[in-house]
Order: sequence, then C-alpha cells, then structure tokens
Amino acid sequence: MVACSCGCGEDELTKQLEKVIDEYRGQPSGLIQVLTKAQNLIGYLPLWVQTRIAKGLGISLQEVYGVVTFYAFFSLIPRGRHKLSVCAGTACYVKGTKKVLKALRDVLGVKEGQTTPDSRFTVEVVRCIGACGLAPAMIVDGKDVHGRLEPEQIPEILEQYA
Amino acid sequence: MKSLEELAKVRESRREALKIREGVPSATEKAHVMMCGGAGCISTKCQDVVDAMKASLEKNGIADQVQIILTGCMGPCDMGPVAIVYPQGTFYRRLKAKDADAIVEEHIMQGNLVQRLLYRTPGAKEPTPKVDDIDLFAKQQKIVLRNNFNIDPTNIEDYIANNGYAALGKALTEMTPAEVIEEVKKSGLRGRGGAGFNSGMKWGFAAASKGTPKYVVCNGDEGDPGAFMDRSVLEGDPHSVIEGMAICGRAIGAEQGYVYVRAEYPLAIERLSYAIDKAREYGLLGKNIFGTGFNFDIEIRIGAGAFVCGEETALLTSIMGKRGEPRPRPPFPANEGVWAKPTVLNNVETWANVAEIIRRGADWYSSIGTQGSKGTKVFALAGRINNTGIVEVPMGTTLREIVFDIGGGIPRKKEFKAVQTGGPSGGCIPASQLDTPIDFESLTALGAMMGSGGMIVMDDTTCMVDIAKFFLDFTVDESCGKCSPCRIGTKRMLEILERITTAKGKEGDIELLQELGETIKKTALCGLGQTAPNPVLSTIKYFRDEYEAHIKEHKCAAKVCEIEE
Repeated sequence: MVACSCGCGEDELTKQLEKVIDEYRGQPSGLIQVLTKAQNLIGYLPLWVQTRIAKGLGISLQEVYGVVTFYAFFSLIPRGRHKLSVCAGTACYVKGTKKVLKALRDVLGVKEGQTTPDSRFTVEVVRCIGACGLAPAMIVDGKDVHGRLEPEQIPEILEQYA
Repeated sequence: MKSLEELAKVRESRREALKIREGVPSATEKAHVMMCGGAGCISTKCQDVVDAMKASLEKNGIADQVQIILTGCMGPCDMGPVAIVYPQGTFYRRLKAKDADAIVEEHIMQGNLVQRLLYRTPGAKEPTPKVDDIDLFAKQQKIVLRNNFNIDPTNIEDYIANNGYAALGKALTEMTPAEVIEEVKKSGLRGRGGAGFNSGMKWGFAAASKGTPKYVVCNGDEGDPGAFMDRSVLEGDPHSVIEGMAICGRAIGAEQGYVYVRAEYPLAIERLSYAIDKAREYGLLGKNIFGTGFNFDIEIRIGAGAFVCGEETALLTSIMGKRGEPRPRPPFPANEGVWAKPTVLNNVETWANVAEIIRRGADWYSSIGTQGSKGTKVFALAGRINNTGIVEVPMGTTLREIVFDIGGGIPRKKEFKAVQTGGPSGGCIPASQLDTPIDFESLTALGAMMGSGGMIVMDDTTCMVDIAKFFLDFTVDESCGKCSPCRIGTKRMLEILERITTAKGKEGDIELLQELGETIKKTALCGLGQTAPNPVLSTIKYFRDEYEAHIKEHKCAAKVCEIEE
C-alpha cells in the first residue's frame, strides 16, 4: 500500500474511502460514482484505491482499471492543486484556444496534460464546457469560468490561485 | 400532492403572486428582477450585480418589496449579465455592480428607465426597452425554453404556476397509456439528440416489449462541442424534463428513470437534483402520484468524460458502471436497454417538449414546423457572430434568418463563410445554401446534420481544412476503439489532413479522403464513427478549392495553417 502524500495519515483517508464505498457496497453498477467520489477525496486513483474499490463492489481489479482508463475524468497520477481546463470546443477553437494554450505554456512552462513542478497547476484541454458565448474560455477547478480570454490576462488570472 | 385539486390550488395561488411578471403592477411589490443565472452570465459576474442590488434595496428600505430571482439562461450570452425588470418587462444588458443603484433608485423607485443600460439594435438610434420588442427575442418561438425567462428554477411552485405538472395530471387521470403514446406519435415529435427518430414510435416499441421492469432514460451527455442547449434546460427549467420523463413512465409502464448528465455541468447537476428532491417532497415523484397508484422516481447518473457516451448503447452501458462502449443494434434499447430491460431513451430537449404536447395537444404541436419535422429546435449560436447564445425557432426557419435576423450577422463587417451544424457528426454549410429552411431532412441533404443543435458561424478568418482537421482530431481522440473503421480509419484520415495542412499534401489526397470517408460511414459500429467523416466530406464538397490551394500551391488563404512558404 502506498502512503498518502497529503500528510493526513493513511488510516484516516482509508476510513473515508471505505465510507464512500459503503454507499454502493456489493453493487458493481455504482463503480463510476464511487470512482468519482474517491478521486474527489484523494485527488487521483492510485492502485491501492482501485484495489479497495474492486473488493468493496465485488468486481475484479481489471474491470476497475478498465473503467478508470476509459473515462477522461479519472487520473492515475497526482495532479496539481488547481486544475486549469482550457476549452477546445468548436467555438473556442475558432476564437483562439491555441493562443490561450500558448500563453499558459509561456507563463507556466508546461504543456497540456502536465503539472507544474511545484504542484500548483495542472493544465488540461477539455471538450466544450458549454460557455460558447464566452469563447475562448477556461474553467479553473471545475467552477470558475474565465471567458473572452486574451493571452495578456493569463498571469493575472493565475495569481488568484495560490 | 394527493390530487389534481391540490395542484390547481397551488397553481392559482402562486399565479396570483407572479402576475407582476405578466406586466400587472402589484399592490404589495414594486418589482421582480429576473437576473440571468446561466453559465455565461455567472462568469461575467451576475452574482456581484445581485449582491449590489440587494444592498441598494436595503439602503433604500424597499428590500421587502422587490424580489430578485436568478433564472436559467436567457440566451444572449454575449450581452451578459442581463436582467429583465417586471412589471415593465425592461431588458437591461452588460450590467455591472455599480449599475445597481441606478436600477433600484431610478427605475424601481421612480419609474424612469436607465437609458444607458438598454439594448440598442445595431444601427438603431433609439434603444428598445421592452424585452418582447427586441428582434433577437421577438423572432423566436419558445416551447422548450418556455420558462427560462420567468421562473425561478429552484422554486417548484413557479413551474407549477406556469401549468407545470398539469400534463402529468392529465396523462394520469384523463388518458390511457395507449392514448398518451398515440398523442406523442401524432404530434410528430422527433428525437432532438441528432438522429431524429419519431419519439412516439419509440415509446410504442418499449410499451409493447415484454420484459419488466421498464426504464426511462434522459440523455444529458451533451458532448458536441459548441452545443449548450441541454445545459440551459437542465439549469433553467429542470422540472420540464422530470415531468416529461414521468409522463413516459406512465405511457410505457416504467417506475424508474435515470438522467445521465456529464460531469462538466456541475450547476445542471445541482439544480436537477434539487428539483428531483422538491418533486418528491410535493409528491410529484415517488409513490402513488396524484392518488392514482402510479409510482415513478428518478436517479441521476454522472458521466466521467467520454464523448462516445452520448451514443445510446454506450450511455446505457455507462449507466451500469462499465466502460461506455457502444454495441451493435438490434437489439434496440426499446427491447434491451438498461439491465437488458425495455428502455426509452431521449435527450433533454426532447423530454422538455413532452409536457406541452400532452397539455396542449398533438394538433397544436404539429401545426408548428415543416412537413417532416414538427415543433421548434433550440440552437446554440456561437463563433463569428454578433449575438452568441441560445435561440429557439420553429423548424423550417432559414439559416439566413437565424444568422442575420436573430444572430445579428457577422461582427467587424466580415464576410459570412459557412455555418457548422451538428458538431463532429455534422458538416459545414456554405453561403450559397443560406436560404435553406432547416429541418432534419434538409440538413442531411446538405451533408450536414441537425445533430444536437450547435451552430458555429465562420468567417474568412476560418480555414475549412483546419476545421475539418479539428473535428477529426476530436473524433480520433474520442473514438472508443472497439471497431476498426473508426479506430483506424479516422486516424488515417487525420494523418492525411495533417499532411495537407503542413504543405506536404499529395496529388490524390482529396480522393483518398473521400474514399476512406465513405467506407467509414458504411462500416463503423455506432453513430460516432458513421458520422465522423461528415466534417471532412462536407468541406471537400463545398470548399474543395481550399484543399487544392493547400496541396498544390501550399497556400492557406485564412492564414491559419502553419505553412512555411
């Protein structure tokens, strides 16, 4: 078992994870909901988490791994404290997704899919976030929408997230 | 809610309280401010405006005489934050927190409109104060979005006041299940998710199917880039979806429904789950609805980021907690859906039509639209267009009316080049086809597709080869890999496009793209693969010269492709 990296002590985390699993114990159909909650809890889905979920729901580890790697939302590796999701839907693409990504690359030194060395930001490209009227747009931490982005605004926006 | 009488009582009393939103001045209230709380206006900080307005009302001592309501998306996202102030029905746009005092003190307290915040039609000298007079709204016809302007999506009684749950009551007490199905068939309602299959027929198949229990599923996995209509409905009027599903449950004999919503829409999930809780509390979901012995409940399932899950068989697999891979049909979901039981699956917009069809009748509904496509369609306008946002128009409206009359044309006096409909399954329609009345058939004939209703407008700064590449890149990324035409074929097409856009294109590449595209269309397993070549084939059809310029002269007229001269 891998020790938890966030310093909260693995036992407490394991207890919380088991509580998440409890809701769907023995019900394979709850796999996606359990994985979602587990990732929200731990930040990513390392092997020990998948193993516990497989056991709790009564399915094989292979099945769990298959689902984890199928859906874009799930991650096998730790991510940054803040998630920068740059929209690459059609409207945003037409209005300058490429420029936004380049600006992030210039400021943070990382490409899409990567995390900054200080674990502050993970940059990812997502498909349409439904804010087409505000293209090009980016969502930070899944809730703050920043629209009509210009490359010059990027440093100022990033400053808000420590 | 034990009976229809109880529903009527709630409706009448709430309606009285909402008269002010119909323009009738109230004795006790000065105003209702409907502030758009759609995703667009939230990101332009509508909450700041609400807070400032509340503070201003407090300051002026009239906080108890004015209601501020956060509604669903009103449509004109680029003008956000927008608000409508009743009883006058005044439309204000681009509001900032510092405008709050003006609206409260000038408009609400003294009755003088705040001129500088009013909407002006481009080119017009005088502003258009009333929301009903603004072209953008006046030319629309709202069925699906009937409530998005004037109800509080978190207040079930607002929905009930606007005839909400009356159709469910009618379906439960005045109609047999067979009559409900017949009515939906007769209305001509077709699935708004893309393929456009007759909804009533689908319901009929599931009703006739032998297995039990049966299920009702709502596809809220709106994955097409450039489409955000379903999100607007779920955020702005979640009860309309719940009611539509419950009516179907009655018609086919199902007691359980699922709504599958993508994880990218957290607000939609929040509003919908709140609405489901409220409906349970009012006895409109759960056991013995209206005392008729009919039971129906709904559970939300959240997607985890896979475009292919918008395909029906993949979605049903995903609901069961598995990899969302499609499977061959038949068996169709009507016979073998969730847990291999008979299942009716429709998308959000389709469900939002159902209650109005039952309440107002099939004849009313089928009087709107064209011969083969009845009712309205909601489109999400975006890209190079003045008014971006959500619009709802009768089927048969022309592209020109949507882009120029409602959408306000192309900004910066640029030339209209094409409109892309149907996302990665659709195609690009050129200027020469602008007068085509839009319905399911006409769009397919043009090599595009209704799809879910995303409409991206392009001008001469868009390279059509690059756009085709963009969509194919999307498909390659999202292909689940189960069947080889999609997994390998789209990859090969993308490689050719990458060649063309980097000045390495060869003679014969266009023909090869066409051959590959036609083959994939005929042989792929599911809708994703079968429609994936459309963006390429349609741009070759209408913009072949751009492909040729890239290949032969190494030129990208829009200067998008990074071609070294």
